[in-house]
Formats: sequence, C-alpha cells, structure tokens
Amino acid sequence: MWKWLHPYANPATTYHLGQKLTPWFGAVSAIFLIIGLTWALLFAPADYQQGDSFRIFYLHVPAASLSMGIYLGMAIAALCGLVWQLKLSDAAVAALAPIGAVFTLIALVTGAAWGKPMWGTWWVWDARLTSELVLLFLYLGVIALNNAFEDKQMGGKAASIIAVVGVINLPIIKYSVEWWNTLHQGATVSKLGKPAMSMEMFWPFVVCFLGFAFLVAYIACIRFNTELLLRNSSRPWVKALLTNTQSEK
Amino acid sequence: MSYRALFKLVLFRDLKIAMRHRDDILNPLLFFVMVISLFPLGIGPEPTILALIAPGIIWVAALLASMLSLDRLFKADFKDGALEQLLLSSNPNFIWVISKIIAHWLLTGLPLIVISPLLGVMMQLSESSIYAVMVTLLLGTPVLSFIGAIGAALTVGTNKSGVILSLLILPLYIPVLIFATSAITAASMNLPYDGQLAIIAALFIGTFTLAPFAITTALKVSTN
Repeated sequence: MWKWLHPYANPATTYHLGQKLTPWFGAVSAIFLIIGLTWALLFAPADYQQGDSFRIFYLHVPAASLSMGIYLGMAIAALCGLVWQLKLSDAAVAALAPIGAVFTLIALVTGAAWGKPMWGTWWVWDARLTSELVLLFLYLGVIALNNAFEDKQMGGKAASIIAVVGVINLPIIKYSVEWWNTLHQGATVSKLGKPAMSMEMFWPFVVCFLGFAFLVAYIACIRFNTELLLRNSSRPWVKALLTNTQSEK
Repeated sequence: MSYRALFKLVLFRDLKIAMRHRDDILNPLLFFVMVISLFPLGIGPEPTILALIAPGIIWVAALLASMLSLDRLFKADFKDGALEQLLLSSNPNFIWVISKIIAHWLLTGLPLIVISPLLGVMMQLSESSIYAVMVTLLLGTPVLSFIGAIGAALTVGTNKSGVILSLLILPLYIPVLIFATSAITAASMNLPYDGQLAIIAALFIGTFTLAPFAITTALKVSTN
C-alpha cells in the first residue's frame, strides 16, 4: 500500500518532485490570492456591527489556523523522522519552522490591529492570545535548537523532539475559546457544519484561505528543496545538478 | 541488577555527588530568595500590593531557580562519559532517568518548598495562602523538573545551552505557572482551589509517565 512512497526516501527524487510542484503551487496561490483578496477587501459586504474593519478577518483567520496547521504538519514530519529515521523529515522540520513562526506573528499582529478598534486594546492576556504567543515561542525554540548544533543531523533530531513535545499546545489553542470564557470570540468557521456568517462573506474567506494555504505550500517547497541541497551538498546528484545548470549558461 | 537496585544506586550516587558540591544546591536557593526579596524593594513595601503579586513572584522565581539548576542535571555525566555508559547498560533507561530527576528534585525543588513559608510571611501572605503556596510547589516543582529535564537532555551537547534552554523550556512551564498562581489567588480569597490542584497533579502524572520517553530519546540524540 505504501510502496509508492519508497522512491521518495531518496533526496534526489523528492528534490525533483519539489522542483516540478513549486511553480504550480506558486501559480495557484497567486490566482486564489488575487481573486480572494480583491473579493474580500472590495466586494464582500461590510459587517453590520464592525463595518469595514472586519475585513482583516480575511487575513487574520487564515494566518492563525495555518499557524497551527503548519505546526501540526511539522510535528507529524518530526514524529515520522524520529520513528522511521527519515533524514528528509529533518529537512521538512527545518523548512517549516520559520514559515510557521511568520504566520503566527502575522496572526498576532493582525489580531492586535483588529483588537484595537473592536476591544479597545492592542493586547489582552486572554487564553487564546496567550497560547498563540506560546506557539510563537515554541517555533522560535525549534528554530534555535536547529541552529544550536554544529552537526545538522543532531540539530534536526533535537528540533524534532521539541516539536513533538510542543504539540500539547495545539489543542489548548484550539479549544481555549471553549474551555475558558474569554474576550476572543469562538470559532466562526468550522470544517463541519454551517459557518456562523453569511455566505457572501464566507466564500471569499474560503478562496483567501486556499490562497494562503497554497502560499505556504509554495514557500515550504522552496525552503525544503534548499534544505535538501544544503544537507546533501557533497552528494553526486547535487554536483551533477550544479554542472548541468552551469553548462546551460 | 534489579530495577529497584538500579534506581537506588543512581539516586544515592547523584545525591552523594551533590553533597560534595554543596554550592550547587545552595546557589539556586539563594537565587530564589534574592529574586523574591528584590520585588518589595522595587515595588514598595505596601502589604496589600505585595500580597496581591506574591503568588506570581514566588512562582516565577521558582521557575527561574529550577531552570538555573537544570544545566547540572546531565552535564557532568555527559562530560565524563557516565551518561553514555548508562545509556549502553542493559537496563531500561526509564529507571535511571526517573531516578536522576528525583534526585535533582530532592536537591532543588524540596529546599524551595521548605523555605517558601518564610518567603510567604515576608510577602505578607495570609496563612491559607502560604499553605496553598506550599501545596502547589509540592505538586508543581516535580513537573518543572520533568519538563526541564527534556530541555536539559536536548541541549546537553551544545556549548551555549543556557539561553536555548530557557527558550525551549519556559513556554512549556506556562501551564504550571497559570494553574499554580490561580490556586494561590483562590486560596487568598478563601475560595476552594481543588480544581487547580487536580490539574497540576494531572500535569505531574502526565509528565512523570511521558517525559522520560522524550528525555531518553533526546539523550540518545545528544550522545549520538
């Protein structure tokens, strides 16, 4: 059943797959983002209470949910690396951590910008905000640990362990708004069931979300391939790649 | 060697080594007392304000003191090779990892609990709050030792472990801090705080059973 996966344990095969996928992810992301953001920022109806300032929702919510999604992906990669000793997973963890950190930061900054007009304050020590901040620290810890070792392999393994340990924070963020009654509102959009917003507002969100998700995939592919090249820089296939590009010029 | 004998052997060995370097036990404790006594100087000696912020201060100082002592947990054994020998032994790593952490807690966590009533009095806490401080420290400091050991095991091979250790471990300490301080605050208002204690106890059981997995994996990575 899993046999089709086996060739991808070879970094060269995976690298070429990544090179093929990267432009597609980029193009799809660009199309979705252009359509989604124009629709969301210019044409979607304004909120009856919050007016136009609710439009930051279209940036804030995708960034926040992707920040958790990226962490989950990174942790799964880390666990696979620890269990099956896949060297590619270390590269995936190293590739994903900075992207996740940036998305967490975007979620926090847009949240602060949204909170100022709506709640009257940039920041409250609310359960969800605090746990999202902790998520940022966890990402920074993974990045720091990755860079702390001379040996890239050891750094990758150590970062994988802390990434798996940090998963404990994800359910806390996800359910913080349900467990504690705090200022941050509950989920407006859920996978199952009807969203708690009008369809005219909901569809641009879906397009925006997909746009950002493909953007993550695009950046992740580029970073992952760069990591692969870095980690395999002494291998023949990388050298062959290098001489090919030089002879083309 | 039976598991019990191994457990005892590592525990008494660590205690004996620590007793010969008494500074290592005393310094985190002094740090704890110093940090706490700085706050009344910085904020002012107003009893109501001190009693209000005391739970947070005592617990933050406990977190920092426990972190300060973590570096010692595996470092010496890593440097002289004892750690590798322990990992190579045919006994389950679980046993001696837990034993080392318990020894560490006896040397760093327990003194904090013993001295905490004195600090509580200095911070103008009521009697019921001081009791809550002691109970939360009793349940919470082992959690700190277990979580901290993960970070110590991960960074034992690096030279700049201090800063990275704090970056790795402090985010994971936050739940303990939140529930412990909320328990003490509840106690100062004469409200029941069994719920918070139950959660800290759950954290203790959870880290006691799960953290050794992460610690042994991390030690294996660090010793390569």
